[in-house]
Amino acid sequence: MQLQLTEDQRLLRDSLDRFLADRYGFEQRRAHQRQAAGYNREIWSAFAELGLLGLLLPAEQDGFGGSFVDAMVVMESFGRALVVEPYLPSLLLAGRCISLAGDAAQRARLLPGLIAGELVLAFAHAEPQARYDLADVETTARRQANGWVLDGRKSLVQAGASADWLVVSARTAGATRDANGISLFLVPRGAPGLVLRDYATHDGLHAADLRLDGLRLPADALLGAPAEALPLIERLVDGAIAGLVAELVGIMSALQALTLDHIRTRVQFGRPIGSNQVLQHRVVDMTMAIEQARSMAILAAIEADAPDPRRRRLAISTAKTVAGQAATQVARDAVQLHGGMGITLDHPVGHYFKRVAAIEASLGNGAHHLGLVAAGGGLANALP
Amino acid sequence: MDLQLSPEEQAFRDELRRFFDSAVPPAIRAKVRREERTTKEELVAWQRILHARGWAVPHWPVEWGGTGWNAVQRYLFREELFAAGAPEPQIFNVNMLGPLLLAYGTPAQKQRFLPRAARLDDWWCQGFSEPGAGSDLAALKTSARREGDVFVVHGQKVWTSTARHADWIFLLVRTGQFAKKQEGISLLLADMRTPGITVRPIETIDGANEVNEVFFDDVRVPAENLVGEEHQGWSCAKYLLGHERVGIANVGLTKNRIRRIRELAARVRIGQGTLLDDRGFAERLALLEMELLALEITQLRAVTAHAGHESVPNATVLKITGSALQQRAAELLLEAGGPLAIPLQPAEPEEEIATPGWARMITPTYCYSRAATIYGGTNEVLRNVMARSALGL
Ligand SMILES: Cc1cc2nc3c(=O)[nH]c(=O)nc-3n(C[C@H](O)[C@H](O)[C@H](O)COP(=O)(O)OP(=O)(O)OC[C@H]3O[C@@H](n4cnc5c(N)ncnc54)[C@H](O)[C@@H]3O)c2cc1C
Repeated sequence: MQLQLTEDQRLLRDSLDRFLADRYGFEQRRAHQRQAAGYNREIWSAFAELGLLGLLLPAEQDGFGGSFVDAMVVMESFGRALVVEPYLPSLLLAGRCISLAGDAAQRARLLPGLIAGELVLAFAHAEPQARYDLADVETTARRQANGWVLDGRKSLVQAGASADWLVVSARTAGATRDANGISLFLVPRGAPGLVLRDYATHDGLHAADLRLDGLRLPADALLGAPAEALPLIERLVDGAIAGLVAELVGIMSALQALTLDHIRTRVQFGRPIGSNQVLQHRVVDMTMAIEQARSMAILAAIEADAPDPRRRRLAISTAKTVAGQAATQVARDAVQLHGGMGITLDHPVGHYFKRVAAIEASLGNGAHHLGLVAAGGGLANALP
Repeated sequence: MDLQLSPEEQAFRDELRRFFDSAVPPAIRAKVRREERTTKEELVAWQRILHARGWAVPHWPVEWGGTGWNAVQRYLFREELFAAGAPEPQIFNVNMLGPLLLAYGTPAQKQRFLPRAARLDDWWCQGFSEPGAGSDLAALKTSARREGDVFVVHGQKVWTSTARHADWIFLLVRTGQFAKKQEGISLLLADMRTPGITVRPIETIDGANEVNEVFFDDVRVPAENLVGEEHQGWSCAKYLLGHERVGIANVGLTKNRIRRIRELAARVRIGQGTLLDDRGFAERLALLEMELLALEITQLRAVTAHAGHESVPNATVLKITGSALQQRAAELLLEAGGPLAIPLQPAEPEEEIATPGWARMITPTYCYSRAATIYGGTNEVLRNVMARSALGL
């Protein structure tokens, strides 16, 4: 058993935190968000130089290898700085998807550009009616003489409008919620028949809704075996959830640090508000919450790619539920202890609060994941 | 004991319902139901409708436009108002300035300000909090120096709700230095157009700009706008904060929110049914409704109590429980919205591709609900007060 970061992982964390301290202060972040895409392509290139964009991609595909524990380290630091660059969709979803399912030509076309920070990728799977049901795909793909025609709608595609390429799921067989029949396709930006509507999300990121209107794709746009993509999609989404859980840990530690600083310096009734025990206890409780969430991030990282899908399901759903609940409580208390300051956007605490709310609502909220575990008979000692 | 309304009370409630059914402009009703912010124009229009019916300021004395209703009738008015999707009357005018002038104002001040406040001819805001004086309100520093028949005001207020819309502000200022910081505070009325006043909006986590900073740079306020005695403003402030605050539990607001949750959850498809068929969700919603019913009865016990009655729940109980339930409802709303709550600006209907417009206000409601335990006295400070004054700790 080994539950500590390795020397290399600590170095990765320290250098990334230094970089973010330097380039990702509160005001700098606002400037990154104001760029047309909603994030900064220079930061994206810098991530490539730091070796972050080749993480999780195997060496034989010119990646840097690395495990989900490495990804956890990165996502935790991103959480602390509230990074808005599309790391999760580009690498953990679309990038890994191409790496795992793509043929040699597809990998060669896209992975080097991703690793070098020249490309941004998006993952267009969710649909407005689907909520959290990953099998709920109405979008269709019909085979045509020398390719495919796609019709349907996708929602909440993070970085959808700025991505150079999108991985799009569509049904080639079966009924709307069938497990079988889902296929994946590679779609370049600006493809005729692809209508995008870009919008900001409450947490300060950007996403797009997509309409596919007789979108024509060549035969080699098909990614992986037709009609069998659901297990892969589930695996990718579980990896992304592991990333979100790690991000929550970073956010929580930042919230605790901000709150601690605030209650030490804010004076009311002639003394720092932190001298009131009731507030001290709230900040102490944050420590408990953070430790619970950190353990969940570790569990999620260890099991994110578990070969047994049932085991992975239990671990990932447990992590999302417990960490989401802990982070939500920390975020609420952090706002409360900041008083009026906590509800303004002039102060970072409100931005963290909104990111926690968005993460909670993403890729299955706590109620959804709790339901999955309970419906499967609970953990019943299936883990660790 | 009896929870049923008497026949007279029922008749009164029916009269209220008939009025609200026809009087609330549909566009305003739709906004209130979705908890979208109403504009100043809409609130003024609504206040005028109430005014024309004689119901603009029910709890003021009849000679100043009040209705002479008893406590139960005033309670029913508020409940029916919320149930009908009508906006709450502008609280700074109706629930604060009015009671303040009625208790402390000179006859001339009442004559000049009350009728205009009731009709919302003047829009008032409340300038109490300062950067250094939130929970510790008596630490306020904004100063007012007497020069002949004017006060020269200098300093800064913060979190001033609706200051951008306001014609007038009632504010606490320091007029003297005494041993106790509660002494030497005065309450002034200032015209927001007076030279030297600047307003800077603050963006809040729900994306709105309702609260503001208000700066006073040697602002000259006529001495006739002093309310109560000079240096005795703290008693005015305490009177206001301790004044019967109608509907402090906000049961009507939470009921409206629960109605929204039900409507929304009925549209969210899960498996073969909707989110309302989800056992866990339905139970959480039912539990909230049960606790809200308990609060409603607690509130009714307070409303129907007379002097000398035992076991009357105080306003702090209503505020703390009420704010908690408001927040719980907002949390369930977010849960119901799921991924649809994430977009900041879902498409306008004509541009809509995938994210429905009706999900627009979910996250703002959730975010802003956190303010309910901060404004009007934070829940921590209210608990301190209860520990001291109610429990003798
Ligand atoms: C949406 C909104 C609208 C508002 N509108 C107005 C308005 O129109 N006019 C106006 O004058 N003001 C307004 N306010 C201000 C409001 O009254 C103050 O925010 C409130 O009094 C708290 O003050 P503060 O924000 O400075 O927080 P602080 O007093 O700094 O409190 C910070 C934290 O410390 C805690 N704390 C402080 N003292 C103690 C203690 N002794 N024991 C335990 N805990 C303590 C608080 O509970 C809180 O959690 C508004 C505020 C909000 C959020």
